[in-house]
Amino acid sequence: MTPNTHHTANTPGWVDVDGPHIVTSRFGFDDSFTLARFEATGGYAGLRAALDRTPADVHTEVREASLLGRGGAGFPAGVKWGFCPPAVWPRYLVVNGDESEPGTYKDRLLMQRDPHQLIEGSLIACYALGLSQCFLYVRGEMALAQERIATALNEAYAAGYVGKNILGTDFSVDIILHWGAGAYIVGEETALIESLEGNRGMPRLKPPFFPAAIGLYGKPTIVNNVETLANLPWILLNGATEYKKFGSDTSPGTRLFAVSGHVARPGVYEIEHGVTTFRELIYGERFCQGIRDGHELKMFIPGGASAPWFFPEQLDLPLEAKPVGAAGSMLGSGAIVVMDDTTDAVRACLRVVRFFARESCGKCTPCREGTTWEETVLRRILDGKGRSADIDMLLDIGDNISPGPYPVAANEAEGQTAVPFPPRQTTICPLGPSSVAPITSAIRRFRSEFEAKIVLPETIPVAAAVHPATSELAAAAHGEGGHR
Amino acid sequence: MSRFNADNLIVAESIIRRYPVAKSALIPLLHLAQEQDGYVADDAMAHIAELVGVTPAEVVGTCTFYEMFKRHPVGTYVVNICTNISCLVLGGEELLHHAEKSLGVRAGGTTDDGLFTLEDVECIAACTEAPCLQVNYRYRYRLTTDDFDELIDGLRTGRITDVPHHGVLARIRQQIADDRLAGVVAPELATEAPVWLAASDAGGAGS
Amino acid sequence: MTDAPTKPDAIDVTLNGVTFEAEPGELLIDACERNGVYIPRFCYHPRMTPVGMCRMCLVEVDTGRGAALQPSCMLTCTPGMTVQTESELTKKAQDGVLEFLLINHPLDCPVCDKGGECPLQDQTMSYGPGESRFVEQKRHFEKPIPVNENVYLDRERCILCDRCTRFASEVAGDPLIHFQDRGSNTQVNTFPDEPFASYFSGNTVQICPVGALTAKPYRFKARPWDLEEVISTYPNPMGDRISVQSSRDKVLRIQGVDSDATNWGWLTDRDRFSFEAIHHPERLTVPLVHGDDLGNADAAGDNLVAASWAVALQQAGAVITAALDKGGPDAVGVLGGARLSNEAQYAWAKLAKSVIGTDNVDAQLDDGLPAAMVASYPRRTLNDALAPGSAVVLMSEDPKEQFGTLYLRLRHALQKRDITLVELNPTASGLGRLTTVGLHPRPGETGVVARALVDAVAGALPTADVGGVSAAAISAAATAVHGRPVTVVCGRASLAESASPTIDAAAALRELPGAAFLFALRRGNSHGAIDMGLAPGLLPGRVGLGATPEGWAAAPTVTGLDARGMLEAAVDGDLSVLVLVGSDPLADFPDADLASRALTTCDTVIAVDLFANLSVASADIVFPAAGFAETAGTHTNFEGRVSPLTRKVTAPGVARPDWVIASDLAFELGADLGFDSVESVFDEIVTVAPSHAGLSFADVAADNDGALVRGPTALDFGAPEPTAVVPLDGYSLRLVTDHRLYDNATLVQHCPSMANLADVAQLSLHPLDADRLGAGAGSLVTVISAAGSIELPVRPDPAVPRGSGVIPLNRSGADPRELIDHRAVVTDIRVASS
Repeated sequence: MTPNTHHTANTPGWVDVDGPHIVTSRFGFDDSFTLARFEATGGYAGLRAALDRTPADVHTEVREASLLGRGGAGFPAGVKWGFCPPAVWPRYLVVNGDESEPGTYKDRLLMQRDPHQLIEGSLIACYALGLSQCFLYVRGEMALAQERIATALNEAYAAGYVGKNILGTDFSVDIILHWGAGAYIVGEETALIESLEGNRGMPRLKPPFFPAAIGLYGKPTIVNNVETLANLPWILLNGATEYKKFGSDTSPGTRLFAVSGHVARPGVYEIEHGVTTFRELIYGERFCQGIRDGHELKMFIPGGASAPWFFPEQLDLPLEAKPVGAAGSMLGSGAIVVMDDTTDAVRACLRVVRFFARESCGKCTPCREGTTWEETVLRRILDGKGRSADIDMLLDIGDNISPGPYPVAANEAEGQTAVPFPPRQTTICPLGPSSVAPITSAIRRFRSEFEAKIVLPETIPVAAAVHPATSELAAAAHGEGGHR
Repeated sequence: MSRFNADNLIVAESIIRRYPVAKSALIPLLHLAQEQDGYVADDAMAHIAELVGVTPAEVVGTCTFYEMFKRHPVGTYVVNICTNISCLVLGGEELLHHAEKSLGVRAGGTTDDGLFTLEDVECIAACTEAPCLQVNYRYRYRLTTDDFDELIDGLRTGRITDVPHHGVLARIRQQIADDRLAGVVAPELATEAPVWLAASDAGGAGS
Repeated sequence: MTDAPTKPDAIDVTLNGVTFEAEPGELLIDACERNGVYIPRFCYHPRMTPVGMCRMCLVEVDTGRGAALQPSCMLTCTPGMTVQTESELTKKAQDGVLEFLLINHPLDCPVCDKGGECPLQDQTMSYGPGESRFVEQKRHFEKPIPVNENVYLDRERCILCDRCTRFASEVAGDPLIHFQDRGSNTQVNTFPDEPFASYFSGNTVQICPVGALTAKPYRFKARPWDLEEVISTYPNPMGDRISVQSSRDKVLRIQGVDSDATNWGWLTDRDRFSFEAIHHPERLTVPLVHGDDLGNADAAGDNLVAASWAVALQQAGAVITAALDKGGPDAVGVLGGARLSNEAQYAWAKLAKSVIGTDNVDAQLDDGLPAAMVASYPRRTLNDALAPGSAVVLMSEDPKEQFGTLYLRLRHALQKRDITLVELNPTASGLGRLTTVGLHPRPGETGVVARALVDAVAGALPTADVGGVSAAAISAAATAVHGRPVTVVCGRASLAESASPTIDAAAALRELPGAAFLFALRRGNSHGAIDMGLAPGLLPGRVGLGATPEGWAAAPTVTGLDARGMLEAAVDGDLSVLVLVGSDPLADFPDADLASRALTTCDTVIAVDLFANLSVASADIVFPAAGFAETAGTHTNFEGRVSPLTRKVTAPGVARPDWVIASDLAFELGADLGFDSVESVFDEIVTVAPSHAGLSFADVAADNDGALVRGPTALDFGAPEPTAVVPLDGYSLRLVTDHRLYDNATLVQHCPSMANLADVAQLSLHPLDADRLGAGAGSLVTVISAAGSIELPVRPDPAVPRGSGVIPLNRSGADPRELIDHRAVVTDIRVASS
C-alpha cells in the first residue's frame, strides 16, 4: 500500500534495455518508489554494508570504483570527497537535484521512481565523510519528485534509516528536502550553495570558493549529483571491482542518457559508460532506432545545450568524456538532442542562445550583457532584419565572452580541425561561454543558412527595424512567444 | 496581500527549525506564501523577513531571482509550455502559438476569467516526451493541439481534478518526529567531528 | 652595496616583464597599482570584499599552469606569478567588457552629475572604440527614483557593480537596497515603500562608479571640472578625513577621503550633507548688541541690533573689565569651545587663563567626562584597538547614532577580524548581533557591573546578578575579553545619570590587563579643547595648573569651575559674565532648568557663534564666527590625532575666525595674544604644549593620517569613591536619554536635506513594561520625575531592558531634560496615561 494516493501514472521516458541495471533496477515496478518495494528488492542493503565498515573504508571503495560525477563535469566523486580539509567541522552534503540543462532528463526519473535509492546513496556519502547534515535540493518545477522524496523521507525516518542513530548505530544524519524555485544557474554548485543559503543563485568564484573547502555557510561541503549518489548503494553492495566490470577503464559503470529530438524511439537509457558509440545509441535497434522516417541526421548535441554540436562525422565516437572533449564538445549531463534535416540551424541556435540569455544570473558583465545581445541579433536575423556584418559580429561577441578558439567539431569538408573542449571564459562560471556553443557550431557549419536570411542591404537603419511592434509581429509569424 | 495565517505560521516555523541558519528557509517560505495566496504578496515577504531575521529588501532580492515566484496574482492554472530545443524541434513553438490563439493571450498573459496564465518556458526535463508542458508544475507529455484543447477544457469544466491551484507544489511535506531528528546545530557550534567518525578510524578519510 | 639574500617567503611577481615583491595576502590589483600599473576596475573597492563581477580587471595571469584570464581583484599574489596587463588577450578582454558595459548605458553624459569624473567615461575615452556596433534598443527603466530622502537611483545608468548594495549590507549593515530580478533585467532597488533608510547612504553615491546614484544636495549643482577641492578634516570626534569641494565660493559637496587610520573614506550622511548649513541665510553675519527699535545700539534696549566689530568688542571689553573689577577673575566664565579648531581653542584658553585670569573654562557641557581623566588615562589608536586578537568594551552612546565612522570600523573589525566586543551601556547599540556580549546595567550601576566584570576576568566569577545584569552574562563577557588587550570606548551613554557611574566604571576597567581608552566625547573637537587647556585645572599640553606657560603673562593656580559649576555660580550671583563660545546650554545642558536660570540671572552673556540658537538669542553681545571650511587650523580626534582643517570659502558678512575674535577681545582688555596667523598660533602651541612638541603645521597637513600627539602626561586623576545609587522602586522606571543622528541640533536644522529627518520624541520601554503600564504603541503618556513632567507617546521596544525608559534628547514634542536634576545621580520616572 502506498501513501501516494493522488499521483498520476508512473513517469514515462525510461526505456528498458538489456544490460546492467545499476540505477534503474526498480524502474520496472509500478510501486518502485515505495519503501516496501525498495526493501523487497535489496534496498538499504548497501547502507548496511557501509555501516559494517569504517567510514575510511567506504571512501576507499568509492574512490576505487572511479565513479565519475554525473552532473556534467565528470570529476571522480571519490577524489572530490578527498578535498575536504581535515579536521574542519561541520561538513555538509548538498545533493544537486536541480536538473535543468536542456535535453537532460534523468535525475528527475531517479528522484521520482527510486527516491529511496537516492536517500541510501546520500546516507553512504554522509557516513563516509562525516557529513552532519544533508540537503536534498530538488528543482522547484518538479512537484512529483518533491512529493515522492518527501514521502520516502517520511518513511525512512520512521523506519530508522534516516535521522538519529541510523539502524541502531551511532551514525546520525538528517536529510532535509529543499525545493528550488526556477533558476537553471542554481545547478552550478556554488550557485546551488548560495541558493540553499537563501540568496540569489549567483555563482562564487573558485578559488577561493571551492565548496569542498568553503561551501555551505562557509564550511566544507560536498555537492554531488543525484545520479552520482544513486550509484553508491550498488557499489557498496557489490564492490568496486564488480562495478568496474561495466563500462570502460576510464569511465566505469553505467550511465543514463536521455536521447530526445528526431529519433524514432526517444528515451532515457541506462547504458554501459564509455563503450557505446553515438551511432549505436542513435541508430541501434536496442536503443533509439535511428532518425524518424524519411529524414537524415543533420546535427546532434552530445551533452546538453551547453555542448558544442556534433555532426554525422562524429557518430562513431564512444560515449566517453575524453574522446568527446578532444573532438570539440562534451558529454556533459547525458543529454543527446538529435536534429534531422528539417531543422532550421538559425532557429535552433537562437532557441539555445535565448535559454542562456534568460538564465544568466546577471553577475558577470560579459554573460549578462553578451548573451542578451547575442539573442537580440539572432532574433533580428531570423526576423529578416539582419545585416551581413552581424554574422562575424556574433562570433566576436562570443569571443569577448569566451576568448580564443572556441571548441568546435572537425569539419572535414571545409578542412577545419577540431578545437578541443573546454572553452576559455571571461566569466566566473561557464554559463555565458556556453551560449557561444550554438553560435560557433551553427555558423561554422551552416553559415550559408545565416546568409540566406540576411537579405536587407547594409544601409537600412537597424534600430528602427526592431521597433517592438514589428518584432512581435515577426515573432508571432514564426510561432514565437517572444522573450518577455 | 497577506502575512502567513496561523496554520502556515506553524509550518513556516517548523521549516525554519530544519536549517542551521534561518535564512536558508527563505525559498521554502516563499513557496509557502505562494501556496497560501497563489502569488507572493509584499506583506508575505515582510513577514518572511521577520521570521528569518533579514530585511524585506533581501527577501525580494531572492524572490525575484527565481522565476517560479510571482509577485502579482496569476491564473488559477499556470500553463508552462516548453519551447526549448528538444521541444522546439518537435513542435513546441507551434503548440505555444496554438495555445496563445486558443486562450486569447500572449505568453506571459492571463485570461480575462483569471483561470489561465500562459508561459513560454525553458526546459522542464521531459525532453524525450516532447512537446510537453506543465500545468501548475504537473506534467503533460507529447501533446497535440487537440490534447491541449482537451486539457484546457478539462480544467475549465472541473473534469480534471488532480491539478491543485497555482502555488501548491508538493502536497506532501517532509515531517520529522522530534525523537527521530538527528539535530540541527548552528555551523559555528558544530566544531567537533561527528561521533561515528571519531569513534572509527579518525585518521581515515574523514579526518 | 650587498646583495640582500632573497627572503624564503618572498612573493615575487613578474608584471609585464618586471619583477617586484608583493605583500603577503596582497591582491594582484592592489599590488599592480602599488607598482605603477593601474588595472581598470568598476566593482572592486579596496574597503569591501571583492566580488569579481564587473570583469573589467581581467588580466592574463600565469601561475604555472598556463596563462589564463583572471580577475585581478580576486587573485592573491603567489610566488612566481606572471602577469600581463598589456597583452593582446588582456586588452581584448577588457575592451570587450567595456563594450558590454556600454551597450545598455545611456549616453547622457552631458546631463549626468558624474560626467567628468566618471570611471566608465574615462575608460571609454582611453580605451574604448570610436563607435558603437550595438544598434539595438537600450534597456529602459523609469528615470531616477528616490531610494531615500537624499539619494536618487537611475537604473539605466547602473552597471550592476554591487558597490552600493555591498556597502549597504557589508559596511553599513543596512541591506535595504538589493539586486532584484535576474540576468540583463537585474536592477538595484528597495523593497516597495521601504526606503534605503541608512545613516550612511551618501557613501553609496560617492563609490558609485557611474552616475547611477546621485545625492539631492549636489544634483545638478555643478560640473566636476568647475569644482575646486581641498583636503580637510570633518570636525567630529573621529576626525574623518574629507575633501571639501566648492565652486564660486560655495561649498557644494563633501566627500570622504580614505585615511587608513580613521574613516576609510566613509562619512555619515549628517556630516556629508551638513555643508548645506554653511551658506544658510540665517548665518550670523554681523556682531549684535542691545539696541532700540530703530536698530541703534542702546545698552538699555531689548533688541539685538547689528553693530560694528569696534562697538561690540568695546562693549564686551568693558563688561569683562567691570566684572573683573567687581568680582575678580572668578566672576567671568568661558563655556564652550569644542566646535573650534585647536588654534582657536588655544587662543581662547590663553585669553581666559592668561589675560582674564580665570580658570572657569569648560568646553564640555556636563555631557562629557572630567578633562583630567581624559587627559591622563592610557589611550590607544583605533587601528591598534581593532587589531586582530583585541577586545573592545563599548561604554558610550550608540556609535551608530553618534560616532558613525567608528561604528563602521567596529562593524568591519567584528566581521572580518578576530575581535570581541562587550557592550556596557544602558541599551543595546546598533551593532546588534555583531556584539559578542551585551551587558546592560540599570542606569547608575555601570560602575558596579564594570567592577564585577574586572573581578570576573581576574577569576572571581559573580554568583548573583549585579546591577541588573545576570551573573552568566558577566561571566560570558569576562570570557570574551580574557587574554585580549582591551580598549574601552568610553563616553557618556546617558545624560539622565551623572558622570559618576561612568567614571567609576572607567576606573575599574583601567585595571584590566592591557587596558587603554578611546574617549568618545560627542562634541566635535573636545579632545583638542582638553589638549589646549579649555578645561578647568588644565593648561595647554595636558599640564596641570602650577607653572606659567612660556610667553604667558600669568596663569591660574586654583582649579576653576566646570560647566555645571559656572551655571550654579551664575544662579548664585557669583559669576556675572558668561562667554559662550559655540555652545548652547539652553538646548544642550542636561539640566534645562539650571541652564535657563543661569542665563537669566547672569549679568552679561557674550556669545560667539554661527547661528542665533536659543542661547545666542538670549545673549547681550554676539560675535559672528567663521565656521567650518571658512577658517583654517587643525583638529584633534579621539585618538589624539591632529589633522588639518582647511579654509575653502569666505565667511559670511564680517564673521571672523574664533582665534581672531579672542585676539581682538584680548586687545580690548589691553593685552596682545601675539598671533598674526593660524600658523603662528600653531607654532606657539608646539612650544607651549609638551604634548605637541616637535609637530609642525606642514607635517600635519602632509600625512593623510595626520599626526598623533604624545600620550598621556603624568597628570593625576584621582578616581572618586564609587557612587552609591538608590534602589529602583517597583513603580518607577529609570530614565535613559541619548542623542540620535538626526535631531533638532542647530546644524541639522539648517540643512534642508536633513531638517525633516528627525523623528519626534518618544518614550521607548520594554513591551512587558508597556503592557504593565497599559500603554500601547503610540499612546500618549505623562512622564513625571522629581524635577518635572512631560507628555509624549510610547514606543514598545524589546531592546530596552526591563525597568528602563529611553527618551532621545533634542527632539520635537518633549524635552527629557525637564526631568533631569543635575544634582541627582540617576533620574527615576513614573509613567501615567495621559
